[in-house]
Amino acid sequence: MTETMQTVKDFILKTFLPGEDPSALTETTPLITSGILDSLATLDLVAFLEKQYGLEFSANEVDVSRLGTLTDIARIVETKRAASGKGA
Amino acid sequence: MTSTRLLHDLLAQAAAQTPSATAVVEPGVGALNWQQLDALSDRVQDRLYAMGVRTGDRVGLYLPKTIDGIATVYGILKAGAAYVPVDPDAPPARCALIFSDCDVRVIVTEERLTDRLKTELTALNAAPAFIRLPKAGGGLGLTAALNAADAERQAERAASARPAPEGLAYILYTSGSTGRPKGVMLSHRAAMSYVEWCTEVFAPNENDRFSSHAPLHFDLSILDLYASAAHGAAVVLLGEELGKDPLRLAEVIATERITIWYSTPSILTLLTQYGKLERHDHSALRFVLFAGEVFPVPRLREVVTRWPVPRYFNLYGPTETNVCTYYEVHTPVPDDRAEPYPIGRTCENLRSRVVNLDGTDVGDGEEGELVINGDNVMDGYWNLPERNAIAFLVDRNGDRWYRTGDLVVREPNGDHVFHGRRDRMVKRRGYRIELGEIEAGLATHPSVREVAVVADQAVGADVRITAVLSITGDKQLSTIELKQFCMERLPKYMVPDRFTFVAVMPRTSTDKIDYQSLIRPPAAPVTA
Repeated sequence: MTETMQTVKDFILKTFLPGEDPSALTETTPLITSGILDSLATLDLVAFLEKQYGLEFSANEVDVSRLGTLTDIARIVETKRAASGKGA
Repeated sequence: MTSTRLLHDLLAQAAAQTPSATAVVEPGVGALNWQQLDALSDRVQDRLYAMGVRTGDRVGLYLPKTIDGIATVYGILKAGAAYVPVDPDAPPARCALIFSDCDVRVIVTEERLTDRLKTELTALNAAPAFIRLPKAGGGLGLTAALNAADAERQAERAASARPAPEGLAYILYTSGSTGRPKGVMLSHRAAMSYVEWCTEVFAPNENDRFSSHAPLHFDLSILDLYASAAHGAAVVLLGEELGKDPLRLAEVIATERITIWYSTPSILTLLTQYGKLERHDHSALRFVLFAGEVFPVPRLREVVTRWPVPRYFNLYGPTETNVCTYYEVHTPVPDDRAEPYPIGRTCENLRSRVVNLDGTDVGDGEEGELVINGDNVMDGYWNLPERNAIAFLVDRNGDRWYRTGDLVVREPNGDHVFHGRRDRMVKRRGYRIELGEIEAGLATHPSVREVAVVADQAVGADVRITAVLSITGDKQLSTIELKQFCMERLPKYMVPDRFTFVAVMPRTSTDKIDYQSLIRPPAAPVTA
């Protein structure tokens, strides 16, 4: 698991899944269709990512295909960081 | 005055008076003028008639909020039937339960939703007919479905039905405490009485552009659809995806020049917190109406600061009465105000009382239950005689007063102040949730022995729902698994935020679950 993925995973566990066994949340666990993230939680996650990584998300970037799993989230964060010259 | 007009008369009138004015807009997809909407809904009516739908029947609507959906609503009304809209994102099992409960003759839906719904209906021994759209959007899917049906056998032109004003116009299902949703039956008369009240208070005109944010199964949609039609004003449909996306919503309010906004406080808060409103010109807004839940004053102040010009109204009323009290919030919101605004005075077309449990009136300044009488009020719940027997207080004149279950205090100036609920219903983002319905859903989990669901709310924060479970076996259940389980059985807004486990459920001396001991004091609010 990459560092980005671990950071996001920790945030999701702490914020939306208090008490959950960390091993239950994997890189491929569906986050939105499973009900872990509802629409408001998704916005909270986006706000966290914007702050944590100094990024800005546009409206059409906030959806299941981009934020559906930890893998998806890490991918879009890395892509945007690279594009904005803030790559790791 | 009691209206004799029907909801679909509003469409006929707009189509006759301003045929080429915009009627309904689906942002980024398309729009219809009044003549086109009238014609498309005529075709729905004719098809329904050909399928055997008659005055007094029910027709299910299982579609995303689109032009197709609106034309279908009017087509159903023109056929003399009542429309039964369900949440297109809700689990098919719950939708099937609703459709079989009120025995719909036809369901209008999309191809992709049909198979799972049919399976669930078959399990309930229900076999309604279907109109299946390849995909709803812009009215094109509906047109394609009607064309295909006509190619097989042309539907004949039928005259619009003229049900009596007391005939049912729609049934809206709300959460039921026993796990079964309850169908609130509203007549044309009830809806028209409300629409005419809106005309008096807001005086809309043909240049207005109404937002339609609430889904069709949510009673806020009645104002959006029909208060606009009554004046030949356009309604801008904010569909399920767009509706929860604050960045795009903020854009659409500007580009569509929305003049009358109506939503829950949660959505307005979402807009100010995440919508980057400062980027847009929202100067067309004349009215901001909100309903469905208490608006925390700091959040309302943020909205007013961002949008200082429009007039603000707090509208209050359960689905059973539609809006029954209202309060105009005078702006700006004073810096030192902390307590929520009143729900206000009784709508002019209704009567209200504040009563004790035994039905006697309490004085101004004393807490009691708000009960409502008048044309807006529902006929009753579909097929629930025992619920109907307790839903109304009947006075010595034989007048029926709907018991809202809301505890209020009436102030000497006639305004009502909301104090809380008499029962276990909570509001989350404007949606009504009977905690018992969540319990009934979780109780079907094979590992759950007992379940109690409680809600708490920190000041200014969202309602938080916690499910307390005692389970069989010693292996703790995963929160992720439980959320997923709920997603398959309950609407999204009912999925608990947290799950906690107890070895034994705490009980009161009378052997009931001790909910009080399960409700921990809410966490301190996060200071802004």
